Amino acid sequence: MLDEFMLLGMMPAAVVNGLMFGAIYALVALGLTLIYGVLHIINFAHGALLMLAMYAAFYLFRHFGIDPYFAIVFVVPASFVLGYALYRWGIGKLAHGKDENILLVTLGLAIVIENAAIFFFTADQQTITLSYSYDTVDLGFVFLSLPKVISFFASLFICLLLWLLISKTDLGRAIRAVAKERQGARLVGIDVEHIFAATYGIGIACLGAAGCLLLPSFYVDPFTGNIFVLVAFTIVVLGGMGSIVGALVGGFIIGVTESVGGLILGESLGQIGISLIFILILVLRPTGLFGAKS
Amino acid sequence: MLEITGLSKSFGGLAAVSNVGLTVEEGKIISLIGPNGAGKTTLFAMVAGFLKPDSGTVMFEDQNITGMKPHRICELGMVRTFQVTQPFAKLTTLENIMVGAYCRTSNRELAEANARRIAKQVGMKASLDQAADSLTVAGRKRLELARALATQPRLLLLDEVMAGLNPIEIDEIVDVIKKIRDTGVTVFLIEHVMKAVMNLSDYAYVLNDGVRIADGTPTEIANNPDVIEAYLGHGAAERMRVEGSANA
Amino acid sequence: MKSLKSRNGLLCLAGLVLALLIPQIIDNNFYIDVLTLVLFSAFLGQSWNILGGYAGQFSFGGVVFFGTGAYASSILFRSFGIDPWIGIFGAIAAGAAMGAFIGFISFRYGLKGSYFALITLAFAEFFRIIANSVEFTGGGVGIFIDYNPSLTQLQFDNPAGYYYLALLMTVISLLIAWWLERSRFGASLVAIRENEEAAEALGVNAFRCKMYAICIAGAMGGAAGTFYTQKFLYLDPPIAYGIGTSVEMLLVTIVGGLGTIFGPLVGAFVLHSINEVARHYLEAPGLSMIVYGLILIGIVGFLPNGLIGLFRRRQKKMAGGDDA
Ligand SMILES: Nc1ncnc2c1ncn2[C@@H]1O[C@H](COP(=O)(O)OP(=O)(O)OP(=O)(O)O)[C@@H](O)[C@H]1O
Ligand SMILES: [Mg+2]
Repeated sequence: MLDEFMLLGMMPAAVVNGLMFGAIYALVALGLTLIYGVLHIINFAHGALLMLAMYAAFYLFRHFGIDPYFAIVFVVPASFVLGYALYRWGIGKLAHGKDENILLVTLGLAIVIENAAIFFFTADQQTITLSYSYDTVDLGFVFLSLPKVISFFASLFICLLLWLLISKTDLGRAIRAVAKERQGARLVGIDVEHIFAATYGIGIACLGAAGCLLLPSFYVDPFTGNIFVLVAFTIVVLGGMGSIVGALVGGFIIGVTESVGGLILGESLGQIGISLIFILILVLRPTGLFGAKS
Repeated sequence: MLEITGLSKSFGGLAAVSNVGLTVEEGKIISLIGPNGAGKTTLFAMVAGFLKPDSGTVMFEDQNITGMKPHRICELGMVRTFQVTQPFAKLTTLENIMVGAYCRTSNRELAEANARRIAKQVGMKASLDQAADSLTVAGRKRLELARALATQPRLLLLDEVMAGLNPIEIDEIVDVIKKIRDTGVTVFLIEHVMKAVMNLSDYAYVLNDGVRIADGTPTEIANNPDVIEAYLGHGAAERMRVEGSANA
Repeated sequence: MKSLKSRNGLLCLAGLVLALLIPQIIDNNFYIDVLTLVLFSAFLGQSWNILGGYAGQFSFGGVVFFGTGAYASSILFRSFGIDPWIGIFGAIAAGAAMGAFIGFISFRYGLKGSYFALITLAFAEFFRIIANSVEFTGGGVGIFIDYNPSLTQLQFDNPAGYYYLALLMTVISLLIAWWLERSRFGASLVAIRENEEAAEALGVNAFRCKMYAICIAGAMGGAAGTFYTQKFLYLDPPIAYGIGTSVEMLLVTIVGGLGTIFGPLVGAFVLHSINEVARHYLEAPGLSMIVYGLILIGIVGFLPNGLIGLFRRRQKKMAGGDDA
């Protein structure tokens, strides 16, 4: 009885914590879903590139004392350039346009990045401590750590920026045109290869931001990205491949599922919710919550 | 042999095929014609089990095969070809045809012998060891035909096997189809090449906007005002009459 | 043509004789051990190859069969006292059953391409978490296996014993692939890989063929699981269901040559050689994996038919030259 009461009492806190994390999940998934929506490829290197962004933020802090939240200013553009180049002169050329090949090339990329990280950064877990790391925000029924709250709002803000980019700018219009009708876009003079690479770049830039936002409240090691791979895929499939709104909603759902699942089932079994949701969605509703019916 | 009644299918709001009925008699060559987007391929896909009809029934040799899986229908003796050719790209012509031949035997030697015989029948003997993705358009169309034939069907559904061929190639394939009919295989074909329709078919059905608008012998069809009406916008009526009389 | 065929047969025979003699020729336990691992990888790779290479269904969770088999025979021995030489058949059955389960769920609902790859990954993760959380798998602590060298335990007091067991398994896997290349079933799988719709039009029951393929892959993976536990004497959830083994399975196959009889063997030999060389001369963690990743990218980009394809092309050229 007592246990159940305690569970119930901790539930609101678990939900709010889940939402906090969910926003960052959403950001990670946003990059993945954008890339899928436009290029129709599944970027298996997503986790590894996120890990790379976290290391970037980590070393910027360690060597130059740059606050991770401020580091976004450097990491995001760098991520964009990296993503653009990776696609334009790597993935796009090597995969010969075949679905499975892209999966394999990005898997190869993930292996290379992960092990290069072991080589250069060692396999040790790294964390950072900021002057305000232990500050909290009191919501009345729950104390939240300040970095988490900042990350939450920053994630939402970046999602909003991305939405503006896609819906209001010329680049965004071109991206949407290519997503809808490749051949048509080519005919009206859009440089499709450039748009593909730019989309991949934007997707990776999302990871750059997510990496910076994660670092204050999460450890980084060469395998950190793996934790997020299945999570991000689940969100994308749940929300509907290619759907931006879906990624946001999916991120929150998965964030809450994970933290509530962890509360009820315990740390290790709690993780099962994600793979279960992933399997069920793929089987029962592969278009996801917000995906277009094909 | 094949009896279709009240067959309908819509995609979203669009009725691709509505309430179509028709019969294919054994031993004949029957044509299905109609302007682009009339619903011909959709009809074939439903008959061969690739699409589930919204309503209606398909009877093959007095057996209700509505909603049956394509491979079952193939085993029963009806096989379709694809308008957009679907070769097993990385396999050779021989291996492609053997997949069809395996429908009737699990013995490799037998399947290979059958495949070689059929390749000869459709005039593909020279390209047996060529990879399917290196074949010309005409070669691919022939391969579609050969693979289907290798399953030893009693009813063969051919979806525009002459599209994209030059006049000589068309004459060749018309010849091949006639010979197939002469071996006792019933042929039901979709075709835009009117000369071939006139020349080949014993009977024809006309589809327009998913509706069956006419049927009859090729000459009757060519003079049917509804058919001419349906084709007029597409500028085919004139061609049809001219070609028809040229063949008469 | 005929002479080429019989020459290939002779080559295979010579290879087998050489493989049988190796423990006599090479009196070095380290090399025997490495070769054993090569054979083991080749066997696991062949399990992946049947589903991924021949039937064209790429999985990212091939390890799930291996893990299931490994747990099956270990638990059969620990809880029921069934010796592993019988337990391995339990492992084979468990692997095949897992194949049937995953196959039914995935193929029933028409999952293909990347979706199939991802759902297998999710299943592996799912079972890893389960194995980590329940009692009878030993949970996160894992299972320690007693070492009592004897044939009934499939344990040996010298490396040559394991080598011969791995060789036997590999030869069986090669025979399975050889049978695939000559049978109707194999032709159906390849047709499904190339174009599933066209295959169905020609009378191929795609669902059933894919189910058989995943069950065979599962059975082989299960057998590999028993071999692993009896050799390494320890099993825990990351070993049983970790993505590393899944990647290794597809890696050796793709590097060697997808959908070919000897692809996994060639790939396993090359990759393990690279690994050993890297370990000996470079002594840097992760470095050989970096090379693996680059090789994978390179093969996909430039040698879609793998190393075997390279060899084949030359052979074809030679055959063409003979005709002219
Ligand atoms: N899978 C589908 N989803 C949505 N609409 C479809 C689908 N298949 C066909 N259609 C539509 O149904 C209608 C009939 O198409 P169908 O391919 O059957 O015509 P057709 O008579 O074979 O034409 P053609 O002579 O050009 O081959 C067309 O308007 C087409 O756009
Ligand atoms: Mg059509």
